Amino acid sequence: MKPAPFEYQAPKSLEAALDVLARHGGDAKVLAGGQSLIPVLNFRLAQPALLVDLNRVSELDFLRRSEDGGLRIGALTRQRRLERDAVVKEAAPLLAETVPWIAHPQIRNRGTVGGSLAHADPAAELPAVAVALRARFRLAKAGGERWVDAKEFFAGLFTTALEPDELLTEIALPPLPARTGWSFQEIARRHGDYAMVGVAALVTLGDDGRCREARLVYLSVGDRPVEARGAAALLAGSDLGPDAIAAAADKASRDEMNPRTDVHATTEFKRHLARVLTGRALRTAAERARNGRS
Amino acid sequence: MSGTYKVAVTVNGQAHERDVEPRLLLSDFLRHELNLTGTHVGCEHGVCGACTVLFDGEPVRSCILLAVQADGHAVTTVEGLAQGPEQLHPLQEAFWECHGLQCGFCTPGFLMTLVPFLEENPDPSEAEIRQAISGNLCRCTGYQHIVDAVQQAAAKRRAS
Repeated sequence: MKPAPFEYQAPKSLEAALDVLARHGGDAKVLAGGQSLIPVLNFRLAQPALLVDLNRVSELDFLRRSEDGGLRIGALTRQRRLERDAVVKEAAPLLAETVPWIAHPQIRNRGTVGGSLAHADPAAELPAVAVALRARFRLAKAGGERWVDAKEFFAGLFTTALEPDELLTEIALPPLPARTGWSFQEIARRHGDYAMVGVAALVTLGDDGRCREARLVYLSVGDRPVEARGAAALLAGSDLGPDAIAAAADKASRDEMNPRTDVHATTEFKRHLARVLTGRALRTAAERARNGRS
Repeated sequence: MSGTYKVAVTVNGQAHERDVEPRLLLSDFLRHELNLTGTHVGCEHGVCGACTVLFDGEPVRSCILLAVQADGHAVTTVEGLAQGPEQLHPLQEAFWECHGLQCGFCTPGFLMTLVPFLEENPDPSEAEIRQAISGNLCRCTGYQHIVDAVQQAAAKRRAS
C-alpha cells in the first residue's frame, strides 16, 4: 500500500458532504478528481486522517449557460467535459482553448475544475484563466455560503481562501464584453508537462477600434496567478500595434513578475519566455477581437 | 486503522466483489486482488501512463484512483482487448507487426490509451497520435514504431 491509512467517507449529497466537513474539517482532505491529491498520498507527503470523496455528489457535476450569457460550472465537472462541450467554446472561448493544455487526456478524464482551483498550484492553467475571466467562486459550508472573486481566492502557494469546513462548489464566469479577443499560450518541455511559463490574455476593443481594456494573467511565474496590471494599463487606449504590444510585453516580463530559477529554466529565461508569449498572445487576441462576430 | 469497504466492480465484463481498505489503489486491486497483472505499475504517481485502464470507457491512470472509487463502475484492462488467445485486438496486431514494443512494459498503457483514441479519431495525423500518447512513457522504441502501429491500425480499420 502506498498511502498511509485513512478513514474514508463518500457522501452522496452536498448537504452530507458539508456536514462531514463541519465535524471533521481540520483533519479531512477533500478528494475530487484526485489527480494531484493521490500522488501526494502515494508519496505520503500528506497523511490525512479522513478522506472525503466528492465523486458521488452528482449535484456538483454540471455545466450550463447562465442567464447573463456567462457560464456556471459545478466544481465536480471533469476537465474533459469542458474540452468536449460546445457551450464552453461559445460562452468562454479562452477556457476552451486552455483545457487541452492541462496534462494529458487520461488526467483530464478524472481531473475536475473545482479540484484544480482548490489545489491552487501556481503552475496550473485553470487558476490563471479563472483570474483572467474574473471568475467568482461559491464557497459553501453547513448553514451558509459566500462568493469570492478568483483574485481573492488564491492566497499563495497551494493556499486558498477556503476554510477547513468550506467547500468550493461552483464557478461562475461572467460573459465576455463585446469585441473581446482571447489567447492562451504556454511553453512546456513536453506536451502535457507543467508549463515553464504560460499566459492568458484578453483584449476588448472600443467603438473606435482601439484597446479599451486588456488583461494579462501568467502561470508559473510566482506563488499564485500573476496579473500584469501595469502592462494592461499601457495597452488601454493603444492601437494594439507592434510597438504597443512590445512595450506591454517588456513591462510585464521585466517589472511585474518574479519567476524563480528551477531545474528547467532560469529566472532570466522565464522572463524571456514571458515576453515572447505575451507578444504572441496579444497579437492573437487583438486579431480575434478585430474579426469577432459581435 | 481504517476499516474495509465493499467494492463491486465489473472488470472486462465480469462482476467482482471484494472488501478492501480505502487506501488500496485501483492498480494494486487489479493486480493483487483480481490477478490481472497485465496492468503494469511504473511510477505510481500518475506520470508514466503504464497503468492506464478504461474507467467507464475513458482512459484513466489506475495508480491514482482508489479501488473503492470503482464501486459500481466498469473497468477494462488490457486483458479485455483480445477476443481469444489466437485472436489479438487489431491494435495489438499492429503493434506486433510494426515492432511497436520491445520490452513491452509500457505496452498495456499505450494500448488502453490508444483504443478509445482511435474510436474517437479514425483518421489521426501523426501530430495527433504523438499528442495522444504524450502521457505514456516508452524507454525502448523511441515512439516511432508505436506511431507506425497506430497509423497501420487506423488504415486497416478504415478499410474494413
